Amino acid sequence: MILVQAPVFNVQLLLDGLFIGATFALAAYGLALVWGVMNVKNLAQGDFVIMGGYIAWWLGKQGIHPLWGLPISIVVMFGFGWFIYVTIIRRVIDKDLFTSLLATFGLAIVIAQALNLMFGPEVQTAESDFAIRQILGVVTVAEIKLLAFVLCGLLALAVVIFMKKSRMGQAIRATAQDARAARVMGIDTDRVYAFTFSLNAAICGAAGALISMIWVIQPFYGIAHSIRSFVIVTAAGFGNLPGVIMAGLGLGVMEGYSGFVLGAEFQQATVVGLLLLVLIYRQYQQRKLRQVVS
Amino acid sequence: MNKNFSFKLHFPILVFGLVAPFVFPGLQLQIATLWVMVLFALTWDIMGGQMGYNSLGNIFFFGVGMYTSVLFQVGQFAEIGAYTAAHGGDNFTFTNAQYYQGLVIGIIMSGVVAAITAAMLGWTVFGLRGPYFAIGTLGIAIAAGELMGTWEWVGAGSGISVPVFPGSAEARSLLFYFLCFGAAVLTFVTLQWIYKTRFGLAVNAIRDDEEKAEAMGIHTVRYKTVAWSISAFFVGISGALFGNITGIIEPLEVAFPTVTFGIFMVAMTLLGGKGTLWGPVLGAILFHTLKEVTWTYFLGWQWVALGVLIIINVVYFQQGIMGWLIERFPEKFGIVVEEKEATR
Repeated sequence: MILVQAPVFNVQLLLDGLFIGATFALAAYGLALVWGVMNVKNLAQGDFVIMGGYIAWWLGKQGIHPLWGLPISIVVMFGFGWFIYVTIIRRVIDKDLFTSLLATFGLAIVIAQALNLMFGPEVQTAESDFAIRQILGVVTVAEIKLLAFVLCGLLALAVVIFMKKSRMGQAIRATAQDARAARVMGIDTDRVYAFTFSLNAAICGAAGALISMIWVIQPFYGIAHSIRSFVIVTAAGFGNLPGVIMAGLGLGVMEGYSGFVLGAEFQQATVVGLLLLVLIYRQYQQRKLRQVVS
Repeated sequence: MNKNFSFKLHFPILVFGLVAPFVFPGLQLQIATLWVMVLFALTWDIMGGQMGYNSLGNIFFFGVGMYTSVLFQVGQFAEIGAYTAAHGGDNFTFTNAQYYQGLVIGIIMSGVVAAITAAMLGWTVFGLRGPYFAIGTLGIAIAAGELMGTWEWVGAGSGISVPVFPGSAEARSLLFYFLCFGAAVLTFVTLQWIYKTRFGLAVNAIRDDEEKAEAMGIHTVRYKTVAWSISAFFVGISGALFGNITGIIEPLEVAFPTVTFGIFMVAMTLLGGKGTLWGPVLGAILFHTLKEVTWTYFLGWQWVALGVLIIINVVYFQQGIMGWLIERFPEKFGIVVEEKEATR
């Protein structure tokens, strides 16, 4: 095995996995937010990510550097999230679980197909023209990946501070704890929901813009990103930010390794396999819990 | 459901199904596909409508049935590795008897194997509830297509071809037309019977409140597994038939078409009204007819239209056609009786 013969290669895989994993964690945090606050399972999560990526890529093609595309993508996706909330999510939020699931599933199809028609099915990368550095002899680190990693951290930090300190952040947390009590206290929960969903879309837009620079985007990759977000949130549980970050980074590393060991065609299968493992593990845990209770 | 209403629909559909291939010989394939669609919608409704478990990956059993059938059809008489390596029927010819024996056994086994797969999966998956179930099944269907595409023994990405029909092309399409029609009718009759029994009641109880159903002594996991197996059995058979109609089985587009048939079955059931017996049938007929007539005029935007249809359906028209009819004309469905009891 090349991994044993050349230990440095492990460093390469590990680093690449961590860089990608940071963006996964960012998107998963958005999902956890919407899930925890509104109890809406957004199956279009990955398609929001890809959409954000395409915004950055398209701006890059118009001559705007994708790093400047990042804030634009965040703003546009925030607006898009608000639009989706007003037209769709508001009407399904107090219906049963499956309604929101199927509605966002339909939304996912619409976004993916619309992107396909507008930009074609080719795999794209936004060119950022940063240098690629060599460390430890064979290990290469693209500067853009490092920068994206840092940006991911900063964005996550910004969201956390926002949730802790700002008026709206407090309102969101209050609504998550008890929507009815929050309403009694004079919080406009409808506005809070709209803001939460838009914030999620904006986070996805940021993650997508970063992914478009450090990895590849394609109209139909959205579903894989959705599944990744679900894997991470399911493994970590929502409201557990350190858990989401760890799970996200871990997923990135594992995908990198499996892609290298098994071959690239197994990458999607790996994500799904991990999803099933996590689900089965959780079920096993709950079964044990049930036995303890009874 | 009122017997009158049911009978009014039974009869014309049966007659149409029997005479259609002779009246519209040019549309035989489309009408055969229509029956497969009816079967899809009906089987999806067992889980999605009657039991409240929205599976987004039932198409998985379609692929399982398709591959099982072709493996049995070929495997009884030839070495499969050699068969796929030779890319199908050029070096291997099947006699009449071999073909029909293979076909019958293949179709039966496809249903059985799909049902067993469902039972095994159900055992691991059915602790999953709500969104986890939907995502988990969707994942299984996607992964299955990807994995089949890497398996050399069954032809990997280039697929495996089905034994060539020994008779004329007309006889072939007629045979498979009636097999599809028969499968759809069999599914309908079975479900009509099942929904009337205790089993149907138990499944509905799981949909309405799983905890309470369990507290009442219904062994929920067992019922869920059996319901999923029934669903998988018929989808598996439809997979076997469709594989034989197509002639060549390719993993992503034909065997595990998650983004086409997999979504259609959800859309059709929602359109017709989930949780009713006739809803999926009406939804499938309406959807398929509309699709065949208008699909090409959308100039590539048909998939976007499909997504929009699902959203509008879920958000604004959740009860579907049947639900709307029941709401609008309750007396036609024997609901008046309940109202009398309530007022008394």
